[in-house]
Amino acid sequence: MDTSSSIVTGAGLADAVRKSRLPARLDVVQSATGLVLALFMWGHMFFVSSILLGKDAMWTITKMFEGYFIFGRAYPGIVSVVVAVIVLLLVVHAALAVRKFPINYRQLRTYRGHMKLMRHEDTTLWYWQFVTGFALFFLAAPHLFQMLTQPGLIGPYESSDRVWSYHWWPLYLLLLFAVEVHGGVGLYRLAVKWGWFAGSNPDATRRRLKALKWALTVFFLALGLATLAAYIRIGIEHADRVGERYVPASVQPGAVK
Amino acid sequence: MSMFRPTATHKVIPLVPADGAQPGNGGRIRVHAMRYNPRDPGNAPRLQTYELEQAEGMTLFIALSEIREKQDPSLQFDFVCRAGICGSCAMVINGRPGLACRTLTKAVGPDITLLPLPGFELIGDLSVNTGKWMRAMSERLEAWVHMKEAELDLTRIEARMEPELAEQIYELDRCIECGCCVAGCGTVRMREAFVGAVGLNKIARFRLDPRDTRDDDDFYELVGDDDGVFGCMSLLGCHDVCPKQLPLATQIAFVRRKMAAVGFR
Ligand code: HEM
Ligand code: SF4
Ligand code: SF4
Ligand code: FES
Repeated sequence: MDTSSSIVTGAGLADAVRKSRLPARLDVVQSATGLVLALFMWGHMFFVSSILLGKDAMWTITKMFEGYFIFGRAYPGIVSVVVAVIVLLLVVHAALAVRKFPINYRQLRTYRGHMKLMRHEDTTLWYWQFVTGFALFFLAAPHLFQMLTQPGLIGPYESSDRVWSYHWWPLYLLLLFAVEVHGGVGLYRLAVKWGWFAGSNPDATRRRLKALKWALTVFFLALGLATLAAYIRIGIEHADRVGERYVPASVQPGAVK
Repeated sequence: MSMFRPTATHKVIPLVPADGAQPGNGGRIRVHAMRYNPRDPGNAPRLQTYELEQAEGMTLFIALSEIREKQDPSLQFDFVCRAGICGSCAMVINGRPGLACRTLTKAVGPDITLLPLPGFELIGDLSVNTGKWMRAMSERLEAWVHMKEAELDLTRIEARMEPELAEQIYELDRCIECGCCVAGCGTVRMREAFVGAVGLNKIARFRLDPRDTRDDDDFYELVGDDDGVFGCMSLLGCHDVCPKQLPLATQIAFVRRKMAAVGFR
């Protein structure tokens, strides 16, 4: 289909016959990657917040992802593979979503002026989605790189040391707000964009979706803040033993690599 | 928690006065209207304030007419039908697009700021050339029933249409091309080539029409790109300001699903 286009850039014969199918596919991929990322972030939050149930709970979740309970031995490489998939999704999503960014100051100023004049919630929410999406470019990168390269350093003490003694908490705090705002608005927008759950009274559905969106955002922010506080507390307590790995009492020290 | 407002306060004429407005007659209102003549080189846009007595059941259109009659004959604004049918009197009322003839001063006053609809060619003051924009849009989207040449027989009796279908088409045909959805759309404001909700609604309308022989591949040629339906960022400003309460959100989502499906065929 694209052969002639690829020979003469921008003026292929295929274009003369039929409009490219690419915009349709890119739109779907943008939404699909956003959806998977947002759902992943929910799961991620539940796993991370296992620390609220205690160090052993978080250790168990971590080891589960490292295949410890299947292979009888931890393979942090599994985590790297999962992280690599997330990185790929994020890169694709960001590359597609960036097409919607204001491309120059004039567009940004126009949008902001329009937003202030309209005082219209969905218009304002998109702006925050844009701002948080932009922030995520920078905030997500260090975290993902760390997880990709040092997947073995996840655990009750290991993570807490990183949060407190290695000063990662400001990044996590910003990341929490950016992801929750961005993902929450994103999921709501996905539903109205594709007309999901519209039913017989789409306006009522939209009101409910909006209420749900806010409820979820508040819930995950609260859970996230409580979780971060827990890691900070453990990090402070553990500050004089930085670098020590966590080994639950129930496990022989030699069993964990 | 939710700040959700499904409709702009000035969207429909409310039967009861909006909160805070004095009931019944009276009270003075101040109309702050943008004054600007784009053809006058030394001229800069400014707001001019007119004060007047609020009459019972006064609409913005009545207020503007009174201003033009008694205070300032040079003030430019458009109207034809005075009944929300022609779409000429759309303007930005306290920040949101709406129809002047369908807005009670009581519901938006006592201080009312009026701006011309953005996104359209400014004729002067509050008057814009929506017609030119709408015509270009119609031509671009070929917003008319397409029949095959061979089948075009004007003597033949038109095929019957199911009443439910006719009703559905009529629902979308209620669009008065006022331009509020365009002015209320952050996407069109940033990217002028974007078709806007009014255009996507037309596609939905002709897609329903059994007399129109175009299929989804044909419609894809018209709106299957980022200036078309995939450019819409689902801000739903259009839906929330449309003075005819057209179901724009669901129609755009519907067109989007159909056009996305074409992309995977
Ligand atoms: C580098 C990071 C990211 C950037 C630059 C980014 C940017 C954007 C932008 C600008 C939009 C709006 C697109 C539109 O209006 O059509 C968007 C949509 C969305 N984003 Fe992100 N995003 C990023 C990461 C994420 C993450 C981590 C999640 C998961 C929580 C996510 C979930 C979503 C969802 C669900 C949507 C709605 C999808 C759609 O409208 O098609 N994004 N993103
Ligand atoms: S869709 Fe609604 S707001 Fe847009 S032009 Fe038609 S009537 Fe006006
Ligand atoms: S949903 Fe938003 S972006 Fe799409 S046409 Fe309506 S106002 Fe514009
Ligand atoms: S004058 Fe016709 S719609 Fe207002």
